[in-house]
Amino acid sequence: MATNMTPSPLDVSPIFGRFTLESLPLHEPIVVGTFCVVAMGGLALLATLTYFKLWAYLWKEWFTSVDHKKIGVMYVILGIVMLLRGFSDAIMMRAQQVMAFHGSEGYLNPHHYDQIFTAHGVIMIFFVAMPLVTGLMNYVVPLQIGARDVSFPFLNNFSFWMTAGGAIIVMMSLFVGEFAQTGWLAMPPLSGISYSPGVGVDYYIWSLQIAGVGTLLSGVNLICTIVKMRAPGMTMMKMPIFCWTSLCTNILIVAAFPVLTAVLALLSLDRYAGTAFFTNTLGGNPMMYVNLIWIWGHPEVYILILPAFGVFSEVVSTFSGKRLFGYTSMVYATAVITLLAYVVWLHHFFTMGSGASVNSFFGITTMVISIPTGAKIFNWLFTMYRGRVRFELPMMWAIAFMFTFTIGGMTGVLLAVPPADFVLHNSLFLVAHFHNVIIGGVVFGMFAGINYWFPKAFGFKLDPFWGKVSFWTWVSGFYFAFMPLYVLGLMGVTRRLRTFDDPSLQIWFEIAAFGAFLIAIGIAALLMQIYVSIRDRNTARLRDTTGDPWNGRTLEWATSSPPPDYNFAFTPVVHDGEAWADMKQRGFVRPTEGFKPIHMPRNTGAGLIIAGFSVGFGVGMIWYVWWLAAICFVGMLGAAIGHTFNYKRDYHIPVDEVIETEGRRTRQLAAGAVA
Amino acid sequence: MSAHIDTHGAHDEESHGSRKGYLIGFGLAVVLTVIPFWLVMTLPLSTQATALLIMAFAAVQMVVHMIYFLHMNRRAEGGWSIMALLFTLVIVGIALSGSLWVMYHMNSNMMPTQQVQDQG
Repeated sequence: MATNMTPSPLDVSPIFGRFTLESLPLHEPIVVGTFCVVAMGGLALLATLTYFKLWAYLWKEWFTSVDHKKIGVMYVILGIVMLLRGFSDAIMMRAQQVMAFHGSEGYLNPHHYDQIFTAHGVIMIFFVAMPLVTGLMNYVVPLQIGARDVSFPFLNNFSFWMTAGGAIIVMMSLFVGEFAQTGWLAMPPLSGISYSPGVGVDYYIWSLQIAGVGTLLSGVNLICTIVKMRAPGMTMMKMPIFCWTSLCTNILIVAAFPVLTAVLALLSLDRYAGTAFFTNTLGGNPMMYVNLIWIWGHPEVYILILPAFGVFSEVVSTFSGKRLFGYTSMVYATAVITLLAYVVWLHHFFTMGSGASVNSFFGITTMVISIPTGAKIFNWLFTMYRGRVRFELPMMWAIAFMFTFTIGGMTGVLLAVPPADFVLHNSLFLVAHFHNVIIGGVVFGMFAGINYWFPKAFGFKLDPFWGKVSFWTWVSGFYFAFMPLYVLGLMGVTRRLRTFDDPSLQIWFEIAAFGAFLIAIGIAALLMQIYVSIRDRNTARLRDTTGDPWNGRTLEWATSSPPPDYNFAFTPVVHDGEAWADMKQRGFVRPTEGFKPIHMPRNTGAGLIIAGFSVGFGVGMIWYVWWLAAICFVGMLGAAIGHTFNYKRDYHIPVDEVIETEGRRTRQLAAGAVA
Repeated sequence: MSAHIDTHGAHDEESHGSRKGYLIGFGLAVVLTVIPFWLVMTLPLSTQATALLIMAFAAVQMVVHMIYFLHMNRRAEGGWSIMALLFTLVIVGIALSGSLWVMYHMNSNMMPTQQVQDQG
């Protein structure tokens, strides 16, 4: 519960800051119950790791790894774990709203409920969607361009741990103190110190600031990788579309995230140092916060959707057995979306009162964005036209996406009309719209990508039966959960309500809750799918010995599954936009001799250590524990400077090891060809 | 510590700058810093003119840094640097001019002293 009696940052205990035993939410039975379950699960996990002596393995092979493939996998695991948390928040909200009729207060008090909808939004965007997107880009981009790693392998490891550090801070807020009760963008004046004196908004600020460093650096890293490390012959216009969308997404990240960092820094100054940027008094202007945060916020939604578009392009082309229709138009559509993403931000606050000229300008730019997006949909449809479409799981997700995203796009154009927006703003119609595009676009895209590239990453396919269970429950669950919200929104029901007076609305919330229940089964089926696949990984049904289980068209399918540490023994030479399809067609023969030692980056724990200090620094700042913040800040700088004196940064994989690895692959291919 | 095979041939020769370039840059940076200080300390002009002049010197200072210290030119990194710069200028231009436009409208439409029209 709120420790809302210490607005002054200096008038606190010098040792514990504003932390007291009352900061622990012991009086909230739901939170205590959750804590018990999480603590027992966590202890069981730690005990298992210790029992099987896995700590050294995890530290050496994963935590300190600078291999883009392992970092990509860790990002995806982080995203899936946080999905469980974000979804628990969702189903709690659905349960609350379905119960709170006929004078009932439901089972969540306002303080708890407000934290839940805030945490749901923050976690789903920053710690589910972003890690999944970054994870896929990290894994796939270097393989698709024929590189051995990203440009800055250490930075990549550091970026991951900063993102994970942000996630740890959000998770901490569940059991120590509270989270923000402001909605996912923490708009002032509500998020200012006078209306939110507790630690909630500070948890919000520091988790996003720390994770933001990771996101920004990983953006720099991937841009540099794509620009500088493409295989010989791969000109920009011969890059796979996924690389193009990744490039544009990372350009958006690098240009947009500093705005978020700056606006949160100004909010922190308001909260910590008593400045008045966004206050109601002393000449502050909360509207400026809204303006700035959406200058970041709108590009952010394209940061999430562009890589999903890239996944669908790869999937549709592969499973239709055809070259992607309209490659050039796809590239230009992506580039146009990248630029237009910066000139639409005001459509998030048409109702703030800018007047007709401003609103019509931003309304029109918003509608214009649907043109390149629509062009992409037609490109995918024409790719399927007269193709031999194989309805494997990734393709099923792609088709579900095309249906669902088109509906979301149309309601988006509806919301882009300023007069219509005055009616629909802040209503459940809006909530239904953005879930429609984010679930129907980003989440379906990530599932398509995970099903598509999983065999590449681990050497066996994901189980199709449980994948189909997950697919059908997710897709139907989505429609049950969000179509009623469109109806409710048109009837004028606003978002973030905790109780309802009108009993006739209840049926729609019941349908939506049923949809959320279906999605819960979908998530369970996803976990079951992963479990069953690992269990049956050595069966002929799932095992991939060829490295090319889907008859793929791009370079990542040219190497083994999973790829060796060095990805490619020889850097491939590219002659065509679909390099691997071209190589297969021309009868490419895999070289089996002439190997050389391979120069590789060496693992380091520095990223984990610096990120650990950053988390400590964040916690110190949140709780006003100044000594902790100071020590951790010094530790952070010290570890970063210390790392610059680490000269053992690279090593060579000896030629014998390369010969052995490649020999194993030769035998595996031969065995596969016989069978 | 990149682990790839360098396929880009020879490195740009001027990418690390020369002693002469650094000295010119340093000289210009000093001059461009001293003049604003002098303007503020002696106030030979009106306050508004001083403020505008300082902004102008700051803008020139940025260009000097980019050319002499960051070695920006049309050829650096195969043209990628200048493209990144142009993109940055476009984005900063959009964000600044857009924010000014939006906030100007908010200010004239929404400030509490003015009678708010009934929006329906």
